Amino acid sequence: MLRNRVSKLAATTMGGVLLMAAAACGGGDDTTTGATAGASSAPAEAGGGAKVGLAYDIGGRGDGSFNDAAAKGLDQAVSELKVEKKELEATAGETDAQKEERLRLLANGGYNPVIAVGFAYSGSVAKVAKEFPDVKFAIVDDDAAKGDNISNLMFAEEQGSFLVGAAAALKSEKGNIGFVGGVDVPLIHKFEAGFEAGAKAVKPDIKIQSKYLTQPPDFGGFGDPAKGKTAAQGMYDAGADVVYQAAGGSGAGVFEAAKAAKASAIGVDSDQAALPAYADFKDVIITSMIKKVDVAVFDFLKNFTTGTVKPGPTVYDLKAGGVDYSTTGGKIDDIKPKIDEYKQKIIGGEISVPTS
Amino acid sequence: MSGFLDRMLGRVRLGGWLAVAAPVLAVVFAVLITSVVLLIAGKEPVEAFTTLADYGTQPRSMVMTLNTGVMYYISALAVAVGFRMNLFNIGVDGQYRLAAVVAAAVGGAAVVPGVLNIVLVVVSAVVVGALWAAIAGLLRVYRGVSEVISTIMLNAIATGLGSWLVSEHFGVLTGNDLGTRPIPDDAHMPGIPLIAGTPVLVNGFIVVAVLLGVAYWVVLTRTRFGFELRATGKSESAAVASGVSVKKMIVVTMVMSGAIAGLIGMPELLGASYKYSNNFPTDLGFTGIAIALLGRNSPVGMAIGALLWSFLYNSSNQLQLLDIPKEIVQIMQGVVVLSVIIAYELVHRYRMVAEQRRVGRQLAAPAEPPKAEAAV
Repeated sequence: MLRNRVSKLAATTMGGVLLMAAAACGGGDDTTTGATAGASSAPAEAGGGAKVGLAYDIGGRGDGSFNDAAAKGLDQAVSELKVEKKELEATAGETDAQKEERLRLLANGGYNPVIAVGFAYSGSVAKVAKEFPDVKFAIVDDDAAKGDNISNLMFAEEQGSFLVGAAAALKSEKGNIGFVGGVDVPLIHKFEAGFEAGAKAVKPDIKIQSKYLTQPPDFGGFGDPAKGKTAAQGMYDAGADVVYQAAGGSGAGVFEAAKAAKASAIGVDSDQAALPAYADFKDVIITSMIKKVDVAVFDFLKNFTTGTVKPGPTVYDLKAGGVDYSTTGGKIDDIKPKIDEYKQKIIGGEISVPTS
Repeated sequence: MSGFLDRMLGRVRLGGWLAVAAPVLAVVFAVLITSVVLLIAGKEPVEAFTTLADYGTQPRSMVMTLNTGVMYYISALAVAVGFRMNLFNIGVDGQYRLAAVVAAAVGGAAVVPGVLNIVLVVVSAVVVGALWAAIAGLLRVYRGVSEVISTIMLNAIATGLGSWLVSEHFGVLTGNDLGTRPIPDDAHMPGIPLIAGTPVLVNGFIVVAVLLGVAYWVVLTRTRFGFELRATGKSESAAVASGVSVKKMIVVTMVMSGAIAGLIGMPELLGASYKYSNNFPTDLGFTGIAIALLGRNSPVGMAIGALLWSFLYNSSNQLQLLDIPKEIVQIMQGVVVLSVIIAYELVHRYRMVAEQRRVGRQLAAPAEPPKAEAAV
């Protein structure tokens, strides 16, 4: 009986191997290189029907923060501009080769425009955009990748953070506030610098505690609520009563700690007090620094459909409405006039916010 | 059950066949499990596997598979050196990252020109990796600290140290990415046009990886040091009794493992990114552990494992284009490792039981020795 079973198994295996081999032979002629294929995909300037390719940073759709904001802009474009979409996600620990391949597969598959979410794509966008001169590329959070077909969607995170920093200082009764950064990288330093400047503008002698959850190349700090909770708990224990988090998915932990300490927290990227995912914490989130990646993505796609894409950096700052603060829940209504005053000063250039 | 084993007894003569059967069984098993997972996820398994086969045979993806595989293979070798002596160097990850940081800074400083710079970068990586691993070896020998614990902790310290070095000393800001100064053009490792039909070159470090694989085999199986290493791994007390200094062996093996680990980041540093930045690949050390298990510490087995792993990893994008979630790749990788371990264990047990049966039968019926089964 075993003999039968074994021979059957062997037959299946052989069959499978042959099948794979046959399939392999069939696929061999599919050897397009980027440079030639790029020319075939003419830009679909005609608007509707454009196929949009979007490459996420680690975390992808569903991170409740940065990637989700990009996804929101894309979804809006799908419903309002009638574009088609294809989304590809990144895997942890990958090299530039994998990122390039992701963009190349999209461009090669006729997706135009192609949007890369996150500064990690800087090198790969610069390289792949050269291979596909007729495809429009956009990259969020990076201005180092330059090219005639690359649009850089930049944000003045420090300006938005300045406003919530001012809010934190105005709301703090103990004169002690905190900042929790996800990963110790230059981008997050901008959040911290703005927050600090805003708080000190209100109260020069305010005490600011600051902590980053992980050091690069460990990007786990953007997705580890337990770490966020511990860090924030430490700050509340040490006397802080408002903590601002720029920590992606770890932010939930900061909110949890705020709730436990009966203190306040400040959200980031989206209006987090209004998000269903954070409904449990909406009482402790007094405001959020909103970074409108969705608006930037949608604007870019809209410009694409009307044929008015502009290469080079577009800065989404306070003036352009690209960053802002939220008032959901009405917890900062009393200080709103003061914050708006700072807002006007930044827009008018009276206050210039440091970035590091 | 006994009938089953009786038949297995007859198969013992086909030991060679069984040795091939184990990995084949493992792959079939992995394909079956993955198919079930795909079906549960509502995807067509045949379509997925044809896509994989299609993708894997394109010249460009073959080059990518080789290039990622080179790093995986070096990592697996670093882990395997320790495994052969029952030393679990979990710290390969920290060793290669710290080595890459220092080597990148050395290369970016461009103190010597051209090829000399390449050599300098590689040597500094090897030295840093070896020194970092030596800490765990010395702790084990002089303080009895388990190398598993110390290497895991050293990984965390390496992350902090590397990050501090980059942000405080070596870092140059490009856009939002912080990295070391790029290594000048004259010190880039040239690629090899190994595969026709694509402009993408195979990383020059493939030569280094192959040489390392050969060296690993020669040192372990053809030298006195290799014998002592394997002997210590099999039985420490027996090794001591036959005059092997186990303390020395532990430190030397850790240092060797760390030295090889230092090379893991070199294909990327000298052949692709030319700098260490926040974008540098992570977790290669842990991938190495999986591949060492997959390849059962054999130089050829690990090469096959590294290529398989790398191929699956690289097909993630292609599968996503078919709306197959990228997590399926991790499931496949995990299932392959488990299947290999289980398949070999099963074959091993069959063999042991078969051997016992054969001996038992010979003892019970000594009157009929000229049977075919006796001639194993």
